[in-house]
Amino acid sequence: MAAVDYWLHLADNALVLGQRNAEWCGHGPILEEDIAMTNNSLDLIGQARMLYQVAAARLDDGSTEDSLAYFRDPQAFKNLTLLELPHHGPLVGYAVDNRDYAVTIVRNFLYSALMALVWERLQASKDADMAAIAAKSLKETRYHLRHAHDWLIRFGDGTEVSAQRAQAALDYLLPFTQEFWSAAPYEQAAVDAGLAIDVRSLQADWDQLVAHTLEVAKLRFSPRTGYQTQGKLGQHSEHLSYLLGEMQSLARAHPEGVW
Amino acid sequence: MSTSVTADMETRLARATRLLATVTDPEIPVVSLDEMGIVRGVFEEADGGIRVVITPTYSGCPAMTQIEDDIRAVLQPLGQMITVETQLSPAWTTDWMTSTAKEKLRAYGIAPPSRVCGSAAEQPQVMQFIRDAAVVDAVDCPHCGSAQTVEASHFGSTPCKALYKCLSCQEPFDYFKPF
Repeated sequence: MAAVDYWLHLADNALVLGQRNAEWCGHGPILEEDIAMTNNSLDLIGQARMLYQVAAARLDDGSTEDSLAYFRDPQAFKNLTLLELPHHGPLVGYAVDNRDYAVTIVRNFLYSALMALVWERLQASKDADMAAIAAKSLKETRYHLRHAHDWLIRFGDGTEVSAQRAQAALDYLLPFTQEFWSAAPYEQAAVDAGLAIDVRSLQADWDQLVAHTLEVAKLRFSPRTGYQTQGKLGQHSEHLSYLLGEMQSLARAHPEGVW
Repeated sequence: MSTSVTADMETRLARATRLLATVTDPEIPVVSLDEMGIVRGVFEEADGGIRVVITPTYSGCPAMTQIEDDIRAVLQPLGQMITVETQLSPAWTTDWMTSTAKEKLRAYGIAPPSRVCGSAAEQPQVMQFIRDAAVVDAVDCPHCGSAQTVEASHFGSTPCKALYKCLSCQEPFDYFKPF
């Protein structure tokens, strides 16, 4: 059971951020970024599908990729809390106009830096399905990382306002990355089984990678302190249920509907 | 009596392969699935069924379902026993696109990948890759051939393409990213 939870953790990460970033579809700050973010979502949802398909087969209890995405409740989701947060800083209203692209880019950067390193190592997973998905996802994640890296530099080394907003997004989001490095019990079990890699072993590389970009971008590596979130254990912020509510409502209104 | 090969004598496998070569990429209708490297194999099973193995270009590619449907439709004359199987490994790479495909892309107005990716082992590690991120591929304009082009956006009309602009003829164009 534990190993399946690791598949779900990776799948939920990709699905939740894919759904979140898809909010920019038709609302991007500029046309090119509207398209870029929609493509990013498409890749993430594709990755989620591949992972859910394997998870469903391993569960062998009638689960399907759709039942795992649409018919689990927030507490069952194992995504990192960082990925479910809205596209704006704290204490801001929910209006579309309040979305801050700096938050979007900083989050994509922090997450794709993590996943580029994770997928790179998972190519050597003892599980053939995991190794295949990792090789495929790594190619996509490198493009996501490059995209976020370039924009972070443009923001940080841009105007006074863009630098200030990028720094505020970093100050807000970096504490959430503490969760990356605390292995959940199912992660440890997956490591022991040869399926997963110990995420803690990637922290030094991740720190170095992030520090490099921030230095070029003239931004500060703000402190990672305070409350450590537990999304991967199913303890989420209030934002996940709204996100899932929107994503799951159609499937739940018409269960098993086809068109 | 003549022993020349007739349509009747063409094996089911050969016929399947011939029919399959006519299926084009739904997103880029000038190239066939075969030329794109999406078709990884065509096999005849012991029971006479035909099995086609395909691989997705990008994991979220919305064209994959269409591709499966198109393959089933074109192979319909061969009967019911057609299976289309999706295989993830080895992961698709633009290196598998044939030179014909690349020429057809160029003629269609899409600049083909300007470099070879190589195997996963040959690609730079992530830690190095991010330091090289500022390097942009040199791409020739598919319209006028000029090398004076700039990248406008990493992502174009589909995940597999970037958006470029030619500084000589001023035309924008898609670039099929090395992948």
